[in-house]
Amino acid sequence: MVALTLTRKLAILADAAKYDASCASSGSEKRDSTKSGGIGSTEGSGICHSYAPDGRCISLLKLLLTNFCVYDCAYCINRSSSNVERARFSVDEVVQLTLDFYKRNYIEGLFLSSGIIRSPDYTMEQMVRVARTLRETHLFAGYIHLKVIPNAAPELLAEAGRWADRLSTNIELPTDSALENFAPEKRPSEIRTAMARLRGKLDETTPDKKPTKAKPEKFAPAGQSTQMIVGADTADDNAILTRAAGLYSGYKLKRVYYSAFSPIPDASSRLPLSPPPLMREHRLYQADWLIRFYGFDVPEIVSGGEGGHLDLGVDPKLAWALKHRASFPVDVNRADRELLLRVPGLGINGVDRVISSRRHHRLTLADVARLTASIDKVRPFIAAADWTPGGLTDDLRLRQKLTPQPKQLELF
Amino acid sequence: MLSVRLERLNDFDEWRGKARRLLVAGMKPSQLVWRVGSEESGLFEAGDDMLPQADGPIGSVPRQFIDLAASVIQHSDPERFAVLYRMLWRLQQDSQLLANAADADTVMLTKWASGVRRDAHKLKAFVRFRAIDDRYVAWFEPEHYTLEATAPFFTRRFAGMVWGIVTPYASAFWDKENLRFGPGGTKKDVPSEDAVEDDWQTYYASIFNPARLKVAMMKSEMPVKYWRNLPEAQLIQPLIRNARQMEQDMIDRATTQPPARHLRQKAREMPEETHDIQSLSDAAEAIGGCRRCSLYEQATQPVFGEGPQDAEVMFIGEQPGDQEDLAGRPFVGPAGQVFDEVIEKVGIDRSRVYVTNAVKHFKFVPRGKRRIHQRPDSGEIQACKFWLNLEREFVKPKIVVALGARAAQSLIGKAVSISKMRGEPIELEDGAVLYITNHPSYLLRIPDVEGRARERAKFAADLELVRDHMALLRQH
Repeated sequence: MVALTLTRKLAILADAAKYDASCASSGSEKRDSTKSGGIGSTEGSGICHSYAPDGRCISLLKLLLTNFCVYDCAYCINRSSSNVERARFSVDEVVQLTLDFYKRNYIEGLFLSSGIIRSPDYTMEQMVRVARTLRETHLFAGYIHLKVIPNAAPELLAEAGRWADRLSTNIELPTDSALENFAPEKRPSEIRTAMARLRGKLDETTPDKKPTKAKPEKFAPAGQSTQMIVGADTADDNAILTRAAGLYSGYKLKRVYYSAFSPIPDASSRLPLSPPPLMREHRLYQADWLIRFYGFDVPEIVSGGEGGHLDLGVDPKLAWALKHRASFPVDVNRADRELLLRVPGLGINGVDRVISSRRHHRLTLADVARLTASIDKVRPFIAAADWTPGGLTDDLRLRQKLTPQPKQLELF
Repeated sequence: MLSVRLERLNDFDEWRGKARRLLVAGMKPSQLVWRVGSEESGLFEAGDDMLPQADGPIGSVPRQFIDLAASVIQHSDPERFAVLYRMLWRLQQDSQLLANAADADTVMLTKWASGVRRDAHKLKAFVRFRAIDDRYVAWFEPEHYTLEATAPFFTRRFAGMVWGIVTPYASAFWDKENLRFGPGGTKKDVPSEDAVEDDWQTYYASIFNPARLKVAMMKSEMPVKYWRNLPEAQLIQPLIRNARQMEQDMIDRATTQPPARHLRQKAREMPEETHDIQSLSDAAEAIGGCRRCSLYEQATQPVFGEGPQDAEVMFIGEQPGDQEDLAGRPFVGPAGQVFDEVIEKVGIDRSRVYVTNAVKHFKFVPRGKRRIHQRPDSGEIQACKFWLNLEREFVKPKIVVALGARAAQSLIGKAVSISKMRGEPIELEDGAVLYITNHPSYLLRIPDVEGRARERAKFAADLELVRDHMALLRQH
């Protein structure tokens, strides 16, 4: 077998990693390299250092340690039955690439995942070694995200959390039956048990717990996340969001990432070979946001669409409002925060601005227009000092009026 | 008209010094023209040399204004000094002006501040260092005058590196100890290439997913004006041109024969079939694959019973809670702690009892970051009876204690009233004796201290009967 060049390995193992949507480099502890004289910092918010033409941010060097894998998950480019070209990095190669890229300000840090080789423990041990070498040998203080191999030994998870900012375990598919169908070697309850274990470790290190004598050992300060593939199986949006809400509440996840299933080279014949459902993915992110920050629950959000699916034509909040017009108009000068948050076109910042400005004077429609990004969307759903929407709220053509007109495909 | 001259483009302290003196002199905003550097004065403008030299604090302004002004001063709009002074002037009358997000000056300043914030952010994001030996140098063209205020970010991040950033209007250098600023420069001041850029371009091309082309999104986050200094940007056009073809190739490529390596790999064994269950530990393993009702879909894992296989007494709760679900063990949460306290006090040896639940998966509804317990329904209780029966068969307890109405229902097949049935043992078909009492979580839910103490005493009294019964069995 001819040895691959480092550049060729990079091409293969970055290509293999691109189906993982997570790129966040935010939410970790504040630290820098002023004292250590090494390199690296994390200051709360992450930085996107570049964007690929797919519109996705490039923040972390996202790599697989290897794309050899003993599992045969139908949706995965690295499944053992695929004829994709295989490669494997050494620990030092990943460490060197990370440092070279970081020193040129290309990246915020490393996101390392891996196919399963030999055993879950062996694979996890290799990944942990990359993180440990970066931290201990090179005094690297940048961001590290490690993928957790569900069955790996608890000691390895504990060490992973010591070096990494974030850990993640992918739930992969929204229902257990789909996962068993597409990923015969994965056990849904093993994946959830891994998340439960991480939550246990995270709880131990949360400062507001009862004071213990010893300062708790550091554990993944940016918490844990997961990813669900959308559109590979037949699950509807209701199933996806129900799963997500269950995960948020059970394991204190920072994020659930939704990844529209993309056709992959040498795909299994059991999968939809069509362009990825990008709009559906986008709507799921919006719905996820509304559930986490706007006080909506899953049945409410899903009720905006039809048959368990979100409305692809308009955003989920507008879809909900259009079906619940009796709740509108909301008076911007009097309504409380919870109600304002339900107005289409008013975000959290917009609502905060409305609440602070109305202390000074009664808000007119023009005032509201200055406080929000899209007054057209807001107008039918609010009353202001000089404005009531009258019949507009109940206008049968309202949905049509507020739906963006389809644009011509973009030429470049 | 009075012409106010500033030496530097973005020095907040310099502007503040001038502004204080102007305010002391009572100069109205409309009387002033602000000039910076060598910018020429208008024909009818007077110099500001005549202003009072008093440079002390004048009245107070909100902290928010200071922060806003320190940011806005870096903006490239020539009007920034004038609008800041006008805001300072107006704040003397209305100190709450900045809270009025609908005021035109507030809107303008806020917009400029966010422009500066965005530019500083792009500086942090899009600087690309090139290495010469052990030094790292970058050329960057910011939209505003953001280098000085942003440079400390780079010293914190690259403390152990010697680096420099050159922009058209200023430059910054770090030698691992000191941060210095110098004059502006040109692109020629930095190396034209770096060997690592080839790998970076390889990475950029490989991480791109041609099936997800979203050019507008990329351009809004990485505006075209930055592209000329980004080594990866020269790949953008060819990647976009080939994207549709690459996607089609992926779709067209039929599935090929799996490699031999795959065929050698043995799929992992499926969970044990239930007809192989010969012991308690077989059952504990087989339950991992339980699909008898839908609760497995949301729960972390099944929670099987725990305790010695020859236990005389089996306690049966309703279902695992949040903590039990996470840990995979019964009675480890708050209700389990109450249970432990009471049986210890009553004098039952915890290590000699078997504890389990009528339903083995946690049932809940998500509420934000918490999971709210839901009662299992009769169907779920019925479905899970399979596992409870196995536990009873293998352990053969002489005494069974139902904790709560649901557990009792599972055992005798009908709804029960605890208050009517507690303290009265019932004989089950297999000869075991059933005691019924409250679930310990019931004690936790009673709000008043008195009521809680009363119910706890009743609970303890029920368990005393169990203790006495156990002692009786041992005498035989």
